[in-house]
Amino acid sequence: MLMSVATPTIRLLLIDENPDRAVVLAAALQGEGYTLVAQLTPGEVSAKRVQEIAPDVIIVDMESPSRDTIDSMRQINADQPRPIVMFVDESDDGMIRDAMQAGVSAYVIDGMNPKRVKPVIDVAVARFREFQALRDELKKTKATLSERKLIERAKGLLMRERQLSEDEAHAALRKLAMDRQQRLVEVAEALLAFADVLKKK
Amino acid sequence: MQTTTLTAMRIGFIALTDCAPLIVAKEKGFFERHGLDVTLQREPSWANLRDKVALGALDAAHMLAPMPLAATLGAGGWKQQQITSFALNLNGNAVTISTRLWNRLADAEPALVQDRHEAGNALRRLIAADRKAGRPQLTFATVFNYSSHQIQLRYWLASAGIDPDRDVQLVIVPPPQMTDRLALGEIDGFCVGDPWNSLAVLRGVGRILITGYEIWNNRIEKVIGTNRDWVERNPLTHKQMLMALLEAAAWLDRPENRLEGVEIMAKPDYIGPEAVEAIRLGMLGMLRYGLDVSPEQIPDFFVFGRYSANFPWRSQADWYLTEMRRWKLIDPATDIAAVADCVYRTDLYREAAAALGKPFPLIDRKPEGLHAGPWTLAQASAPIPMGADLFFDGSYVSSARPVAHADVSTAAAPTDRTIAWEDVAGRDAVGSKSSG
Repeated sequence: MLMSVATPTIRLLLIDENPDRAVVLAAALQGEGYTLVAQLTPGEVSAKRVQEIAPDVIIVDMESPSRDTIDSMRQINADQPRPIVMFVDESDDGMIRDAMQAGVSAYVIDGMNPKRVKPVIDVAVARFREFQALRDELKKTKATLSERKLIERAKGLLMRERQLSEDEAHAALRKLAMDRQQRLVEVAEALLAFADVLKKK
Repeated sequence: MQTTTLTAMRIGFIALTDCAPLIVAKEKGFFERHGLDVTLQREPSWANLRDKVALGALDAAHMLAPMPLAATLGAGGWKQQQITSFALNLNGNAVTISTRLWNRLADAEPALVQDRHEAGNALRRLIAADRKAGRPQLTFATVFNYSSHQIQLRYWLASAGIDPDRDVQLVIVPPPQMTDRLALGEIDGFCVGDPWNSLAVLRGVGRILITGYEIWNNRIEKVIGTNRDWVERNPLTHKQMLMALLEAAAWLDRPENRLEGVEIMAKPDYIGPEAVEAIRLGMLGMLRYGLDVSPEQIPDFFVFGRYSANFPWRSQADWYLTEMRRWKLIDPATDIAAVADCVYRTDLYREAAAALGKPFPLIDRKPEGLHAGPWTLAQASAPIPMGADLFFDGSYVSSARPVAHADVSTAAAPTDRTIAWEDVAGRDAVGSKSSG
């Protein structure tokens, strides 16, 4: 990135309600050619605030309700510099779709060369995606753990009630799952629920 | 019932009472009955919903009536040909001001407590007094630039002689933040859809000044919007969706179903249980203007199916476009009737209604601002009972092609506010009354 010596830095405003992601994103964007001038949570966003900050580019979480506020700042009759969705100038469907899938929208002040903005968006998209992947993985790990616990409990129940060995209990659960075309954890869950009801009688 | 596979569809919505036909079509099985497997997706903002439809991440969505018009014109976003063939509801909005501002108004003009119809004029006088005293301008919020709320609020203010661009600050605030910001004094009033008005009153932070119903009786509020090319590629799916929605809207307008409708809307996936009382008040047409007054009955506060409510009247699209042009939200050179014709697709509505054996209008534009009470639309496949269509300031919109205002941007005194419309005889074989 040696080419951006002469050009002035791009002033970025970041709006994200997820504080962890905002930190990751801020660190990634705060690079050569860009300055992160402010970071707001959706509750802090107002047209006035954004005008005071006067950013060149606004990166906002798509799931943020403040998008409508930022969107409103490009009224046709407004005298002040009006932010414009970069996608209008760029009209690059692939890139918009990428950004949308990653969960990022960007607004760019009128007159800015879209080519200079593209790398900023690219970084934002990449970081959003990494963060989401990380979070999904965490969620999956947690889910797997709790599934395993359910299956263990169902096996324990079978072993106790039917005097089965662990292997036999596991085989019984698997057969039940195959017969009913359900996942192992679903059968385990159903079994535990039934046992619960029967116990209460 | 035959066991054909269902067609999958993704439809977006915003958590508001008026997306009810969409939710009911899903929850009561109307979509399924018409061969659709619909996934409903709650969106956090109108901008998001608009972008997702435009890019094909959603097949259709709950939209503000002006949104497909704005998208087709490329106003406020990138240009995307969109259409609607279905209005989800009539009415449902209100203008609410903070309790603080209400107290100031009532102190200055005690008669207002008895007769709230003077509210607009009282507000104009207060604004004039504030200006003289050098006090800061009042701030009013709506939810989106290209919204029925924005247009209604501007219309109401202008009709009272208040220039919405010069005499007040207009800002955009997400609906869930409205009541908080009103309580904090960041905004002095707003125009939004329910449940947010009722919620502000129930929380004791706001007072309803006028309902959208009173501003213009039975105006189209939300529509189902789609990309035009999606409809061209999926005509059958689109028709199935319209048929399911027609049945859901009719279901909602049977009085015995409204309370069940409230329960459905208050589920966590839709609006949420914390708003159940506010949803109930609005859905039952009970409006509390303030905490200190008992609820008033406005039976047409929400209309979902009666009065041919779901028909995308082009005469109403004409009005929206005329107002958007007046406030410079769209290009002044816009050919209003032509845009209304290509976006509000009455033809597709008729196909779906005919397939269900429901009566449908044979005309595309109806007289607006003419009827103070119930009337019957004769130009229909079978006569249709209709509701009132008056404007609060008595202005009249004929069924004819609109013409430009002499000076559209000037917020004139109420008496000068009658819109001039050129009455083109025979265009729709209605509108016999001349607008002068």
